Amino acid sequence: MGDVLSIATSLIAGSIRVSIPIAFAALGGTLSERSGIINMGLEGTMLMGAFFGVVGSYYSQNVWIGLLVAMLAGALVGLLHGVLTIKFKCEHVLAGVGINVLASGLTVVLLQMIFNAKGKSCEVPSFSMITIPGINQIPVLKDIIGQVSPMLILLVISIVGVWFLLYRTVFGLRARVIGENPEAAGSMGINVYRTQYICVILCGILAAMGGAYMSIGDIHLFSRDMVAGRGFIAMAVVIFGGWHPVGAYLGSLLFGLAQSMQYRLQSGSIPPQLVQMLPYVMTLVVLVFARGSKHRAPAAEGRHYYAKGEQ
Amino acid sequence: MYAVEMHGITKQFKNVLANSNVELMVKRGEIHSLLGENGAGKSTLMNILYGMYAPTSGQIIVQGQPVVIENPLKAISLGIAMVHQHFMLIEPLTVAENVVLGYEPKKRGCFDMKKAVEEVNTLADQYGLHVDAHEKVENLSVGTKQRVEILKALYRKADILILDEPTAVLTPQEVSDLFRVLRKLKESGKTIIIITHKLKETLELADTVTVLRKGQVISSLPVTKEMDQAQLAELMVGRIVSLETEKKPVPGEHEVVMALQNATLTRDKRNLLDDVNLEIRSGEILGIAGVEGNGQTELIDVLTGLQRLTGGHVVLGGKQLPAHRITPRFMLEAHVGHIPEDRGKRGFVPGFTIAENIVLGYHRNKPFAKHGIINRKARDEFANRVAKQYDVRMDSINDTVGSLSGGNQQKVIIGRVFAQDPRVIIAAQPTRGVDIGAIEYIHSELVKMRDAGKAVLLISADLDELMRLSDKIAVLYDGRIVDRRDASEYDERTLGALMTGHTPESMEKEVKQA
Amino acid sequence: MTQKTQKKGFSLEKLTQNTVFLSVISLILSLLVAGLVMMIAGYSPIEGYSAMFTGAFGSVDNIAQTLGTATPLIFAGLAMAFAARGGMFNIGIEGQIIAGAMPAALVGAYCSGLPWFIHVPLCFVAGMIGGGLWAMLAGFLKNKLRVSEVILTIMLNYVMQYLAEYLANYQFKAEGMLVRTETILPSAELPTLIPYSRLTTGIFVALAFAVFVWWFLSRTTPGYQMRAIAQNPYAAEAGGINIARMNLLTMFLSGALAGMGGAVEVMGVHHYFIVNMTSGYGFDGVAIAVMGNNTPLGTVISALIFGALRAGSTSMNRMTSIPGEFIQVLQALVIIFVSTPGIVRALLRRRSFKKNDQKKGA
Repeated sequence: MGDVLSIATSLIAGSIRVSIPIAFAALGGTLSERSGIINMGLEGTMLMGAFFGVVGSYYSQNVWIGLLVAMLAGALVGLLHGVLTIKFKCEHVLAGVGINVLASGLTVVLLQMIFNAKGKSCEVPSFSMITIPGINQIPVLKDIIGQVSPMLILLVISIVGVWFLLYRTVFGLRARVIGENPEAAGSMGINVYRTQYICVILCGILAAMGGAYMSIGDIHLFSRDMVAGRGFIAMAVVIFGGWHPVGAYLGSLLFGLAQSMQYRLQSGSIPPQLVQMLPYVMTLVVLVFARGSKHRAPAAEGRHYYAKGEQ
Repeated sequence: MYAVEMHGITKQFKNVLANSNVELMVKRGEIHSLLGENGAGKSTLMNILYGMYAPTSGQIIVQGQPVVIENPLKAISLGIAMVHQHFMLIEPLTVAENVVLGYEPKKRGCFDMKKAVEEVNTLADQYGLHVDAHEKVENLSVGTKQRVEILKALYRKADILILDEPTAVLTPQEVSDLFRVLRKLKESGKTIIIITHKLKETLELADTVTVLRKGQVISSLPVTKEMDQAQLAELMVGRIVSLETEKKPVPGEHEVVMALQNATLTRDKRNLLDDVNLEIRSGEILGIAGVEGNGQTELIDVLTGLQRLTGGHVVLGGKQLPAHRITPRFMLEAHVGHIPEDRGKRGFVPGFTIAENIVLGYHRNKPFAKHGIINRKARDEFANRVAKQYDVRMDSINDTVGSLSGGNQQKVIIGRVFAQDPRVIIAAQPTRGVDIGAIEYIHSELVKMRDAGKAVLLISADLDELMRLSDKIAVLYDGRIVDRRDASEYDERTLGALMTGHTPESMEKEVKQA
Repeated sequence: MTQKTQKKGFSLEKLTQNTVFLSVISLILSLLVAGLVMMIAGYSPIEGYSAMFTGAFGSVDNIAQTLGTATPLIFAGLAMAFAARGGMFNIGIEGQIIAGAMPAALVGAYCSGLPWFIHVPLCFVAGMIGGGLWAMLAGFLKNKLRVSEVILTIMLNYVMQYLAEYLANYQFKAEGMLVRTETILPSAELPTLIPYSRLTTGIFVALAFAVFVWWFLSRTTPGYQMRAIAQNPYAAEAGGINIARMNLLTMFLSGALAGMGGAVEVMGVHHYFIVNMTSGYGFDGVAIAVMGNNTPLGTVISALIFGALRAGSTSMNRMTSIPGEFIQVLQALVIIFVSTPGIVRALLRRRSFKKNDQKKGA
């Protein structure tokens, strides 16, 4: 009995930990898609965040500076995505693909240049777990969230922040309107482009934070192509979460669970490759159930908006 | 004096001269009708006034001051507001949210929903526009949605309202309501500009009418009692227009070619079609009157195979069709012709050539294709013949359909359907967005088909068209056929009442109470 | 209708609408920007590009290498372009190539006693069916779930990658250190055209398929139906076209093209299936199709260019200290510039405005 409990707690704890990067990215993706911009480049943005987090931490020997650098990189990538899709009317999916390939190549080139390495960087100062006072005393809870990464706290703050932004502020109302019908927003004198840029940049920052967690929050270094599809899983989570920040987090937790289970099984007798398939198969399965969701996508997502006089 | 003056307005798009040296003078406190066919340049002119476009040249003077209107925000600050033909509303949001959008009341930095509702209700009462501020827009009727649009304009303290084809989607009763509201607004000092192609409404409502044709002002006149529709039509088109269509009853038996028996279509627990019984007979035009959204689209879909009935039967040639076999392809091959209500959506593929579009739906069969391989020669020959026969104005059959005018696009579709010698023709909004010349032509072609013994189902929001062309009329309301008679037994009032679910008697009572 | 004005003579405006012109300018821009990045990184772009150029075209062997590298890319590009013409975004090319390579490798290795003119087509068919079915799975799920096929195909990429790795590691593992399948029999091999290069008769197969794609799209009924769906699915539906079925066919054929690419690689170059043999062909295919404007001819030309870039980049890696991953940066730039014609147009317009202002004496 105690054995089952300890397995369960370790799975849940693992789930919370492992879901952090996907949750950040999915949160960003939710915000971006709500304003009408599909962000296929979450994968690449996460990778950039992971890399530049390490770079920042390396040069400053301070993990918080590293995080800041990662966020800055994310903002720039978001800005790039925004310029391509908003100003130059690029197909959202293609812009994202371009960003992913760019990130993949650029990070390896820079890895060579800065760290003189082909596969992975050296270890850099990273986040260490902090103890939450009080919870440490409660028996079961202490194993789950007694010790957490500071980034988990940042994640929770971000989730609340995005929720508040979208549903309680005027900015959020306008962003949601733009995602449904940008022409209506525009005819009301709302600056559609500015709102979309802000959402896309915020998305970049959040996704980069997710990537940064993987490097300076988890394994203390950068390894090439380390994001391994989590950015794409985050996209599926956005859909599964009904384009809602809390839904996105719950969806991420589900994946965290799948991935935790994968790690456990890997030490078992099942061939590793089949176990590695698990998260991706799960995404497909999850999408089957997302079909029944009564939340529908922002009606105008993926569409290009032309302001007065253009086109 | 003058609320709006537009002098020498010219607007040149890439290869279209939309407005040419237009002069418009709108008096303060008047209702001014901007009349013209589709493509005459009316919407462009008003979009310039609303700041959506910049004029290539010309001057605008608002309330006596020369102004440059860079964007809608500037227009709104000048007191100009526009109610678009295609509503610019956000469906999943509430009325209150839609009305205050852009000028949202705030409380400590956050959106103050309560205040928004309060302000909307106050405004609505002030002008006699009845709405429920809490209701989600997606649940509203078309007439109510329009009222929300007008509230938007009033919320922004507009003194000059521009309405773009406001009655296009309204029932006669809703039109009366709208006119009542507009007259009240005029009384409180607002200036109203109506973009329209409807002659009757111009005569009923407007104080002044300016007629545009091909981007130029033809004439600007005060509306008088002596003015009649024919006069205006002539100005709009530039020649004498016949507003009547010749129609004689077809002799002989009118057998039932296609029918619906107890047809029901249920989705999400709503009956979109409810126990509908219809008979479409050869040599007859059966008109369906009804407000958009009462089941017309579903009616068309089940007759053309795009949707399946959940109850009842479709009968073709005397036989009940087994539900699972009904597909668009089946119907097309069963000689059911379909003129779609939204030609841009269902009617043609914009990037395809005229030739490719003329065979759409029939492209699999000989002579256009054999064993999956297209016979281009046969197809092009056919396309040339049909385009000529149905008066499609084009450069060549290899032009894309997207480059044609609305009227010509519609002629392509009509040519496509009629040239296949169908047994039944389902014609939905056949003259929507089409210029008067083409309207005349399409009407006469429809009557020709009927005279040739075809069975025609005509669905139209244009009551004049419906009453002019139909032999029999059935009224569709809330998915049910609530009335059916010979066309000659109906008048506009009665139809209007039935279309909104009233019996004529109850309608009289309501009008007296208002 | 309102008056239409005439457009006289040559204009930069018109040129900016020409997609071939835009693709060429985009390529040039990408090379310039990548060169800039190289300079900032401390490398010499001249050194880099000349190494690339010699690597790609410097000798008969090098040209053969370029063409041989381009062969699977032609298939990948055709797969993406074909799907796009049918209205589908098939980003699962990578997985479909593997899904075609594996069956071809197995049929090639285990079906003994067949003469080459039966064995080779049999392997082709195995590759096409493998890739086709894998792509069709995504299409089927899209029909049922109504989810964008983009996510579906990406997930299936990963699944197939691990599945193939598993099979190559367990069931079908050949003896030895490498994680690969058994070597195919000689009767299933595609002969090499230039010794010790990647160039095989596969290139002719690739070109033949390009012609087939062109013919299919423009001259057949299913091609017509696909194109109709891509541009206006509602009108296609009203025109009696069964969209769900056509989508499945589109994905199947698209996957079959990708699978052929995998089969040809196995049969011509490697002679067995080995893990990671298809590195990055999938996204290359996307870039190639976009650059080729989704036409068969454009795809072939773009594939040849990309083949040159790839072949050249290995040489650049060898001859200089510049990391080979630069090619990915270049690739990304091509995708971005080609799919965002707005950028090129804006740049050109700015230049023409400057010229006009100078004329007016502004």
